[in-house]
Amino acid sequence: MTIDVPTTGRSLPQLQPISFIGADGRLTDTPTEGLRIPSDATLTGLYRQMVLVRRFEAQVTHLTRQGRLATYPSAAGQEAAEVGATTALAPNDWLFPTYRDSAALLTRGVPVAEILAAFRGDWHCGFDPHEYHTSPAATPLATQTLHATGFAMAAKLKGEDAATLTFLGDGASSEGDTHEAFNFASVWQTPTVFVLQNNQYAISTPLREQTNATMLADRAAGYGMPGLRVDGNDVAAVFAAVSAALARGRNGDGPTLIECLTYRMESHTNSDDPTKYRDTEEVEHWKQFDPIDRLEKYLRTTGALDDATVAEIAEAAETLAASVRDAMNQEAEVDPRELFAHVYSTPRTALAEQQQVLETELAAAGCA
Amino acid sequence: MSVEAGTEPTTDPTTDPTAVNDETATAASAKGDTAPGTARAPEAGPAPSSVTMTKALNHALRDSLADDDTVLIFGEDVGRLGGVFRVTEGLRAEFGSNRVWDSPLAESGIIGTAIGMAMNGMRPVVEMQFDAYAYPAFEQIVSHVAKMRNRTKGRVSLPITIRIPYAGDIGGVEHHSDSSEAYWTSTPGLTVVTPSNPADAYSLLRESIASDDPVVFMEPKSRYWMKETLSLPVSTAPMNRAQVIREGTDATLLAYGPTVRTALDSAEAGAEHGLSIEVIDLRTLSPFDDETVSQSVRKTSRAAIIHEAAQFGGYGAEVAARLTERNFTYLSAPILRVTGFDVPYPSPKLEEFYLPTIERVLDALESWDWEL
Repeated sequence: MTIDVPTTGRSLPQLQPISFIGADGRLTDTPTEGLRIPSDATLTGLYRQMVLVRRFEAQVTHLTRQGRLATYPSAAGQEAAEVGATTALAPNDWLFPTYRDSAALLTRGVPVAEILAAFRGDWHCGFDPHEYHTSPAATPLATQTLHATGFAMAAKLKGEDAATLTFLGDGASSEGDTHEAFNFASVWQTPTVFVLQNNQYAISTPLREQTNATMLADRAAGYGMPGLRVDGNDVAAVFAAVSAALARGRNGDGPTLIECLTYRMESHTNSDDPTKYRDTEEVEHWKQFDPIDRLEKYLRTTGALDDATVAEIAEAAETLAASVRDAMNQEAEVDPRELFAHVYSTPRTALAEQQQVLETELAAAGCA
Repeated sequence: MSVEAGTEPTTDPTTDPTAVNDETATAASAKGDTAPGTARAPEAGPAPSSVTMTKALNHALRDSLADDDTVLIFGEDVGRLGGVFRVTEGLRAEFGSNRVWDSPLAESGIIGTAIGMAMNGMRPVVEMQFDAYAYPAFEQIVSHVAKMRNRTKGRVSLPITIRIPYAGDIGGVEHHSDSSEAYWTSTPGLTVVTPSNPADAYSLLRESIASDDPVVFMEPKSRYWMKETLSLPVSTAPMNRAQVIREGTDATLLAYGPTVRTALDSAEAGAEHGLSIEVIDLRTLSPFDDETVSQSVRKTSRAAIIHEAAQFGGYGAEVAARLTERNFTYLSAPILRVTGFDVPYPSPKLEEFYLPTIERVLDALESWDWEL
C-alpha cells in the first residue's frame, strides 16, 4: 500500500530573480515566468513616481536631521519595490504598510502632512484609512500581514472585488506572525499579496544572520502558495509580478509571496550609524543597481524619456520637496483633549474624570 | 467576634479540560450547581427551562448570527466540534462554514485576521479556547485590537469579541486555569466582561457582540455547567454595571466570574455568625462601576474583593485603591483582598489549597477590628 502524495503546486521559485531591465538599462535575458514588461507609458509613470518619492525621502531625511521629525525610517533605494507594488493596486484594493513604507503611502495619494504626522509626533496615524484604502502603518513587525489576510478574507466572504497587499521586511520574515499569515492566507485562499522587501538588513543584522534559507521566496512552497523572487530594484519586474499576483488573488486563486531583492541605502532610522555594521564598498556596489538610473537609461533608449521630460519631472520633485518643507515647518496643532476622544465609542466615567484633571491643568495654564 | 467557615466549597470533578465531553458536563451539572438567587424579569418568550451557562452562551451566539449577517465565528475547533466546551455547538451546521468555521491553530493568527475582518465591516467573535492560550495573541490584542480606534482618531472601530474561557477549579492541567484579567483590564481600549451566571452570560455576550468596541469576554470555566431556570432571550442589567446580588449592611464582598459563588457562600456562612454581608457581582471589570460599588461600601464601611488570580498587581489591587481613594472617610477597616497566592496556577491536586475559599474569606472578615 502506498500513501497518495499530491505532487502539484510544489515548484520552487527560480534562483535568478525575475528582471526585465538590467542595471545597464538594457533588457535582460532572465526568464520572466510568463510575465510581460509594462508598457512605456506605464514605465514612464513609474519613473516619475520613483523620482518623486526619492526626493520626498531625501527631504524628509534632511528635515529629520534638522529635528523637525522625531525619527524617520527611509526607504531610499527601495523605490522600485515601494512604487512598483503600490501602483499595481486598484483603488478598491487595500494596502497594509509598515513604518518604512511612506513612499507607498505617497504613491497611494496620502498627503505628505498626513503621512508624516506619526513621525512628527502629532498622532499615531495621520490619515483616514477608509479614504485611502490604506491601513495605518504597523510598527510591531509582521503584525500587519495578518490584518491584510483577514481583510481579504472578509472581502472574499462578501464577494467584493478587492485584494490586499502588505509589505514586510527580511527581519519581519523571522516573526511568528509572518508564518501565521502565510498559512492562514493560503488555507483560506485569500486574495493577498505579500511583498517581502529583502533590503538585506534588519536594523543592523544582515540577512545571513537572519536566515539560513537560500532565499526567502522559497518559503511560499511550504505554505502551498506561489513564491516569486524579483529584482526589487527593477520596477518593471515588481509591477508586473505584483499585478499578476493581484489578478491571481482576485480570480480566487489565493495569495502570493513576492520577494523583492533590494537594498536600504540609508540607515534604519536617524538613530543608528550604518558604518558600524556595513562597509562603504557594499553600499557602492548596490548603487550600481539603482532603480531610477536604470529605468531612465532604458526609457531613453525607447524614446519614452527625453531631457525635457526628465527636467519636468525633476521640477515636480522639487515642488514636492518644497511642499514637504512647508508642511513640516509649520508647527503642528494638537488638541490635548483628543487624548480622551478616541479610546472608546461610548463615554467612560473614569476617562471623563481624568479629562477633568487635564481641563483644570489647561485652564491653569491659560489654555482653556 | 469570631467567625468560622460554613460548608466546604465544592470543586468540579473534571480532570483534563481538553477532554471535556458531554459526560463531564453532565457530571458537573449533576452536583446541583445553580445560579445565585438574583431576581430578574425574563422577557416574554418560551417557557422557562433549565439552562447551563454554555447553553446560554450558545444561544447568544446563535441569536447574534441570526440577527446580523456581519457576525462571524472562527477559532480552533469551534466549527465541527462546537468548541472544546461545546459553546459553539451546532452553529456551523445551522449557519454554514462561511459564518462559523475552524481556523488554523494559531492564536495570533486568529486575532490578527479578526482585526482585518473587522476593518472590512465584519463583527468577528473569536475563541481563545483556554486562558493561557491567548498569550501568543497578546501582541495583536494589546498593540492593535486595543489601539486601532485611538490610532485612527475613531475612524476605524474594531467590533471584535474575544471569548476567553478562564480560571480554574476544573482540575485542568498546566496553562488551562490562568486568570489573565489584569493583563486585559490594564490595557486602555479594551472592555473586559465576565459573567457569573447563565442569564448574564447570554445578555452580556449579546451586548459585547453588538458593541463597536473590542470586548474581552472572559468565561469562567468552573461555571460553565451552572444551571438557571430561564426563558431565553433574556436582557439583564446593562454591560458596564455591577450588581448587588445580596443585600447586607456589615460588609461588602466584591466578586466576579468564578468567585461570585464563593462570595455568596461566604455571605451565607457569615450570616450564621450574625454578619449581614452584601455581595456585588462586578460583571464588567473594565470599565469599573465605581458608583454601585462605592454606594455599597459607604453603606457597609467594609469591603473585600475575591479573585482567583494572584494578588500582587492583580485586579483586586486596583479595586482596593479606587475604593480607598473615593471612600476613605467612610471606611472602618482596610479593604482586603482574598485571592490566589503569588505563585503560578498549581496542578489539579494542589488547586484546592490555592483557590480562595469560604474559610479564607471568613478569616479575612475576622481580621477586621469590628469594634471600630
